[in-house]
Amino acid sequence: MLLKDEVQTLKQVSLFAGVPPAKLKLLAFTSDRMSYSAGEVLFRQGDLGDAAYVILSGKADILVDSPNGQIKITELETNSIVGEIAILCDVSRTATVMASSPMEVLRIGKDHFLKLLVDFPEITIEIMRVLADRLSHTTSELTEARSRERQH
Amino acid sequence: MENRLSRYIWKHTSRQQIWILFVVALSMIPYFLSFDLPKQIVNGPIQGKGFETDGATQLFMHLEFSLPLIGNVVLFPGLELNRVQTLFALSMVFLLLVIVNGLFKLYINTYKGRLGERLLRRIRFELVDRILRFPPGQFKRVKGAEIASMIKDEVEPLGGFTGDAFVQPALLGGQALTALIFIFMQHFWLGMIAALIVVVQAVIIPRMRKRLLVLGRERQLTARELSGRVSEIVDGISTIHAFDTSNFERADISARLGHIFKIRYDLYQWKFLVKFINNFLAQVTPFLFYCIGGYLALNGRLDVGQLVAVINAYKDLPGPLKDLIDWDQTRQDVQVKYVQVVEQFQVDRLLDPKLQAVAADNDQALKSPLAAVNLSLVDDSGAKLLERVSLQITPGEHVAVLGGEALAEAVARMIWPESGKVVAGGDDLWDLPESVTGRKISYAAAEVYMFHGTLGDNLLYGLKHAPLTPAVYDEQGENHHRWEINEARLAGNPDYDINSDWIDYSTAGAEGPDHLFASVRTVLDAVLLSKDILDLALRSTFDPSENPDLAARIVEMRHALREELDTEGLNSLIVTFEPDSYNREATVGENLLFGTTTGMTLKGRAIGQNRYFRSVMQQTGLGPRLFQMGYEIAENAVELFADLPPDHPFFQQLTFMTPEDIPEYQLLLQKLRGKSFEEVTDNERYKIIKLSFAYIEPRHRFGLLNDDLMAEIVRARKIFHDNLPKDMEDEIERYDNSRYMASASVMDNVLFGRISHKHADGSERIRTIARTLLNTLGLYDQVLALGLNYHVGAGGRRLTGVQRQKVGLARSLIRHSDYYIFNRPLPGLDHRIQDQIVRNVLELTRHNKNNPAVVWVLSNPALTTLFDRVVVFERGTLTADGKPDLISNKDEAKQLVPS
Repeated sequence: MLLKDEVQTLKQVSLFAGVPPAKLKLLAFTSDRMSYSAGEVLFRQGDLGDAAYVILSGKADILVDSPNGQIKITELETNSIVGEIAILCDVSRTATVMASSPMEVLRIGKDHFLKLLVDFPEITIEIMRVLADRLSHTTSELTEARSRERQH
Repeated sequence: MENRLSRYIWKHTSRQQIWILFVVALSMIPYFLSFDLPKQIVNGPIQGKGFETDGATQLFMHLEFSLPLIGNVVLFPGLELNRVQTLFALSMVFLLLVIVNGLFKLYINTYKGRLGERLLRRIRFELVDRILRFPPGQFKRVKGAEIASMIKDEVEPLGGFTGDAFVQPALLGGQALTALIFIFMQHFWLGMIAALIVVVQAVIIPRMRKRLLVLGRERQLTARELSGRVSEIVDGISTIHAFDTSNFERADISARLGHIFKIRYDLYQWKFLVKFINNFLAQVTPFLFYCIGGYLALNGRLDVGQLVAVINAYKDLPGPLKDLIDWDQTRQDVQVKYVQVVEQFQVDRLLDPKLQAVAADNDQALKSPLAAVNLSLVDDSGAKLLERVSLQITPGEHVAVLGGEALAEAVARMIWPESGKVVAGGDDLWDLPESVTGRKISYAAAEVYMFHGTLGDNLLYGLKHAPLTPAVYDEQGENHHRWEINEARLAGNPDYDINSDWIDYSTAGAEGPDHLFASVRTVLDAVLLSKDILDLALRSTFDPSENPDLAARIVEMRHALREELDTEGLNSLIVTFEPDSYNREATVGENLLFGTTTGMTLKGRAIGQNRYFRSVMQQTGLGPRLFQMGYEIAENAVELFADLPPDHPFFQQLTFMTPEDIPEYQLLLQKLRGKSFEEVTDNERYKIIKLSFAYIEPRHRFGLLNDDLMAEIVRARKIFHDNLPKDMEDEIERYDNSRYMASASVMDNVLFGRISHKHADGSERIRTIARTLLNTLGLYDQVLALGLNYHVGAGGRRLTGVQRQKVGLARSLIRHSDYYIFNRPLPGLDHRIQDQIVRNVLELTRHNKNNPAVVWVLSNPALTTLFDRVVVFERGTLTADGKPDLISNKDEAKQLVPS
């Protein structure tokens, strides 16, 4: 896959949807292209976050440690981004990501990602938008869960 | 050392001086004979004096003495020679005298030169010897560079003067006196005039030179300070950069140079003024002769013939006189220099040379226990560091010390006690020879000085006390060695052979050179330095012709690594160099040349000029294709980076250009748009094709390499190597799976390929696998030993601070001593590693057959539990001494240690 294909993929990621293609190309160029085979781990829960990953092809599972062992929370599809939260607020990884099929990913280093936010406010706004969106989602889910709890 | 240079010279060279005086006197005989001979030749055979009649002959070389009592002795009756024969005979004698005079001169000059050089060697050695015996406090006051410039430059003129110190005044004084007496003999009063002027010269000129001497002294001091400052700049360069004080330094240097200029210019002015007066006085004498003598002659009170004779005789006076005055100037000059230097080396309480006498055996034991008796220490400002402390350390004890750095320094003899003493079983440590204290006590602190040389040299430095195993020489070497010993003795230098094996293997617990490495490795493992050194070794190169066995084993390991990766299913981690296929993880340039360049003709710009390389490019038609590729790379790079500021971190990713190149390539692209390969200049081609050489498809992902182009490159590679001209064979070392590549690092030789970019942590994973493989193949020690050849640079600066501290600790642990004194040796390390190293070291010393005591000044009080006994100092007084549980409250302990 070439730089220009990666740019196409990045465009599909909602976070980068509003970013001009030339900047996405720069982002792709300065990021590392990695391959993982099924079962390999991109990062582990508790590690320090140093990069975000854009999945170019393949699938991955998100796993969380629990007293009863690892539980799979969800699955990541192609064109999604993962790990961006940990590099935004300097917390350790909240989950483990493991490839469930052979994967190609773009690894965006923390420094590069933050620099990108400084240089291109449109990305920052887009991220805020996505985060706010997720927050409202989470809030409504929480409300729903609480009301369900009360009913019980 | 003597206060006067002349006395110093006389003391060490009196016999030689007398001999050379004798030789000089002897040389006067042929010298004066040769004066008379031209007259004889001209008057005799040429003008015909004594050959007035045809066929007249003269006696040649008739030697006859008339001695009292014996009467006439005819040594040689002489030869009857005619006019022509006499001419040739006398000319031959003249030639002979010329040769004899020349040979005398040669001998005298060589002899004087050798005398001077020996004295220079002696004085330099004596000065360095004094440095080695300075009391410890002295080194807080002196600057290394100043001392070095004294020993190197300031004493240098002393050597040149030595040969002339006594010969020159005797010779010149004699000549001048002869000339003066000759004048007196011609005419008493005119002689008086000449003598008067000489006296005036002899009085005035040295007086005027007093100022020259003062200036000379100042010049010497300022120049010395300058070299001190320059070395300060070099040593403190990071501080200068950090605080932006470079211009302050510039101003300081400029001010100093201005001062030096002023002194030197003053010096010149005075020097030439003195010269002028000197010349004037010399010239004024003939003026007086002409003027007064002429007047007297006109009045008839003086014979004209006498006057002419006086003037003629005077010719010979100014020459020697001027030389004599110059000699005196040199004498005073070097005397000043000598005094200036010697003053710096006249230090009170210099160590007795006996304390440092070389001792080959380790027989003399250090008595136990080691104890401080009423010991008080003060620092330079007079503040008390330790107050009347008495303490005993018995063999085998492990003692932790909190807050007692000064005590450790006193035991290591780095500070002199103010009162009280440090004793070993009753002997004052300062009275014991260093061959005992310097071997039985090992000291390490955080400040580690490393000597210029390899890591191995530095680790073994503490074992080099005496030349133990003499070096073996061949016949030529033996002769040279004998000459060296003789010469060293003549100059008062010691004759220890630096080429001997100085390493004391028994002290390191090894039987000989072959067993040494095992001891070293145990220590390196204990201080956790092995991994660092192994990494240094893997990054280093070595010459396979010197170590063919290791080279072969590393090639073996290359194959073993491949198998290992295959079995673990990781073979995609490395892409191997294959002669018939394109290595996608390597650059286009690497793929094309398929080897490491060793010479200059295939590196950088030069490759574009290389005729052979160009012909290959032409033949394969690769030139235009790479040009096209480079052009697209430039377009991409310019598009990506054109509007980024030059200091943007993204530029790190741009391996083939610098931020400064971007605008240049922008212009170049505009210029080249639509032009074909043939239309552009050589330089432009170079700039563009250069980009293609650094291209790696999986990394840069511009999509510029297709199968066809890769095949083309591989084809060009083959043509390039198949027809490589003989004279270029040394320029490139081809990748060869079965051979060790001398110009590549050990790691590259093991990998023989490139680590794939797509794997996360690829290089770390490979490194781990390689390390385990080294162990399983039994190569670990050999490769580790390679790391000991790493050059540590000036003061060990090529190592990190932490590595230096570990080397400092290892260096003392390699020596099996009775006492180890560790004075906060590892402050740069985090606590977990400190803890590990302290445990390892204590364990290591337990196995030591000497049953050594360890005194460890800790920076981390938590570690006291590892020791048998804890000693706590607070503001210079001993506050606690006992079992580690004594310090139960950790917070309390922490307060004791200034962090």
